[in-house]
Amino acid sequence: MFKKSILLTFIISMLVSVNVNANDEVNVYSYRQPFLVKPLFDLFTQNTGTKVNVIFAKKGMAERLAREGKYSPADVLLTTDISRLIELHERNLLQAFDSSTINDAVPNQYRAQDNTWFALTTRVRNIYSSKRLGNININYEDLADKKYLGRICTRSGKHPYNVALVASMIAEHGEEQTLTWLKKMKANLARKPQGSDRAQVQAIHQNLCDISLGNSYYFGKMLNDDKQKVWAQAVNINFPNQDNRGAHVNISGMALAKYSPNKKNAQALMEFLVSKPAQQLYAETNMEYPVRTDVKPSKLVASWGKFTADKLSLVTVARHRKTALKLIDKALFDI
Amino acid sequence: MLYAGINASGDLFSHLWQTVLPSYISNTLLLGFMVVLLSLFFGVSCASLIVYTNVAANNILRWLLILPLAMPAYLVAYLYTDLFDYAGPVQRALRQWFNWQSPSDYYFFDIRTLLGAAIIIALVLFPYVYMLTRTAFEQQDQNLLRAGRSLGLSKQQSFLKIALPLARPAISVAASLVLMETLADFATVQYFAVNTLTTAIYDTWLGYGELASANALASILMLFILFAVVTEQQANAKKSHQSNSPNSEHTVIQLSLTQQIIASSFCWLLAFAGFILPFGLLIMMALDYSNTEQLFELLPTGMNSIKIALYAATLCTLIALILSLYQRLSDDNWRDIPQKISGFGYAIPGTVLAMAMLATFGPIDHSINYLAALWQFKEPGLVLSGSIFAVIFAFVVRFAAIANGTINSGLGQIPKSLEHASASLGAGLGKTLTQIHLPLLKPSILAAWLLVFVEAMKELPAVLLLRPFNFETLSTQVYQLISDEMLEQGALGAILIVLLGLLPIIWLNKKQETL
Repeated sequence: MFKKSILLTFIISMLVSVNVNANDEVNVYSYRQPFLVKPLFDLFTQNTGTKVNVIFAKKGMAERLAREGKYSPADVLLTTDISRLIELHERNLLQAFDSSTINDAVPNQYRAQDNTWFALTTRVRNIYSSKRLGNININYEDLADKKYLGRICTRSGKHPYNVALVASMIAEHGEEQTLTWLKKMKANLARKPQGSDRAQVQAIHQNLCDISLGNSYYFGKMLNDDKQKVWAQAVNINFPNQDNRGAHVNISGMALAKYSPNKKNAQALMEFLVSKPAQQLYAETNMEYPVRTDVKPSKLVASWGKFTADKLSLVTVARHRKTALKLIDKALFDI
Repeated sequence: MLYAGINASGDLFSHLWQTVLPSYISNTLLLGFMVVLLSLFFGVSCASLIVYTNVAANNILRWLLILPLAMPAYLVAYLYTDLFDYAGPVQRALRQWFNWQSPSDYYFFDIRTLLGAAIIIALVLFPYVYMLTRTAFEQQDQNLLRAGRSLGLSKQQSFLKIALPLARPAISVAASLVLMETLADFATVQYFAVNTLTTAIYDTWLGYGELASANALASILMLFILFAVVTEQQANAKKSHQSNSPNSEHTVIQLSLTQQIIASSFCWLLAFAGFILPFGLLIMMALDYSNTEQLFELLPTGMNSIKIALYAATLCTLIALILSLYQRLSDDNWRDIPQKISGFGYAIPGTVLAMAMLATFGPIDHSINYLAALWQFKEPGLVLSGSIFAVIFAFVVRFAAIANGTINSGLGQIPKSLEHASASLGAGLGKTLTQIHLPLLKPSILAAWLLVFVEAMKELPAVLLLRPFNFETLSTQVYQLISDEMLEQGALGAILIVLLGLLPIIWLNKKQETL
């Protein structure tokens, strides 16, 4: 009997820790690490008194949302690239939010035409080059050039950031040419694709390679880290394709969940995230480019200079994603 | 999962088959093979040395060799790739020392290879083999070895021809656990840039967005394992020895000085590489980057970890006990089936398993809410799939194999004649269970509970996806930091994972000695 009551208490205590559905809360499913967005949520809670609950995961969030269906507690979804937003949209897990506050803040290019998703920040897929090479003017296409034989480092070709880049190449050059480009770039690699964007800069610092692909904000983060500072100081950050279509840009974004139970709070949070103070916080702490044109990037980021961004629609990038993955497989890029 | 796999798209398969799949499959087979072989080599030789020889520092090594079990494989992988990479401290020091400029100036082994991955994974998994083999050796009836010796075998021969074959069921259980854990692994092989079938599963699911094909691939993976395990069981089927009055006084093989040196440095090297070095690195990082304030912040997170590990370990052990005893005592022709089925969960990659949990409990939750609405109660929401219930259930599915294997191999050591004797003395089934089986099984039950507890402390992918809001465990906390290249800041959490896993290991090891 005693054991049974213990068991019962166990089960009840399990169930009690379940649902957060009180009034002054908003629930976020995030592909971004909580510590990156926590300062923003703290500020929001300070302003409004609304508590923000977060679950972070990189894999399977869309699946969870779909399975939860209309009982899903999720209100706001945060993603780190365009393809996840499009996936959520295609699976009919989002609802439109027509807010003049957001529409005024986010440029047309960086939100869905049906108001189902919005960018919060933009990030460039930069090419880092070692200081040994001096100042260079480089295009993504040049990565296939024989002069970089054995001098290029990159993370896995199948990482979403690289897949998006390849997708933009397909939009520009078509499948066949992109495949040739991938194969030639693969032949130029100093080592099998591995590690993160920062690890490639570290490899340049160690003289293992001269060129690497990496997102813009990592440069700032490395410069602000005691250990990684020397890596970053060994490289120049280049904005590719400045004489033609411009550098490939991806976004981090947000969306309103289809069955959001705390819709009012969710909308308040979303409008807050594109507000000036929030965008400033994004710029200062995460080293990303704020999506608002009237908020400046951080001083450090601004010091890398102005650049032209590829005008290609992000929806097109997302549409070529699967083809891009297939080409990366075909080029045996990761093997 | 199988059902979902039927709808797989043929196009994607032929694409994968023509491009990357062959190399993924050969990588998977090679990795599985190498890890099992290495773990067997490490584990069985250590167990033999500890039980059957007078290797130096026997008492310390005994438990030191179990400790790598508490290290999460993904952490060790991260630490070692960091250490031996081109840009890592070891190669950097070498370059400085010899004034080498570029990789073409010297040769250094590449850690990010299949072999590198196999060695590191084996380093953290071999304690399974070691523990189970050691227990088997210790429970062996020494009279058999004596009989062997009186028939003219040397001590070495009697060990090789009698003790080792007798331990085979335990060894094969351990080997299949190691195999399953290896095949289900994703995070570790990713650090080594080695692509396996698990990589393909994630690619098809998250990249190509084809859950059905991913399920089909996962099913192929399960078939591999099924094949390996069944082959082993067939080979094992008819061999068993049970003794009524085991004599556990061991004759010890005396080692010469050279042998002594080789044997103990072998054991110490394993303990060093599998535990002391990586743990030391973590401590150094924590000293550099952390303070006591962070430690206090981590306490509630630690409590969450302990809580779910406790539930999972207790439930797994109970279920395994029931299944094992059912298999043992029932006359039902199908008595083996439930246990075998429950054993395969361990081979399912955590995230895939999490998906299966959502697919199972999602609809149940929906029906609960539907009924509640029908009877005009307040809709309770996602009581199962949205709570730690789902996390714990996933753990039980995944780790049942460990508990099962351990308890079963313990049960195999209890002679059937004891049951018969008990029955002939008029004891009912219940009495036989409480008076005979449970007391004799105590060491195995403890071991099973401990193994599941430690594994549950380390588990990452399932808890990451299934957890409720604001529910952090130590492993999710550490993972967030690692995934942003900040292991230094996560070191403290990692140490807590290891320590919390260590405490029960040490305690139980003590307990086992006195039993």
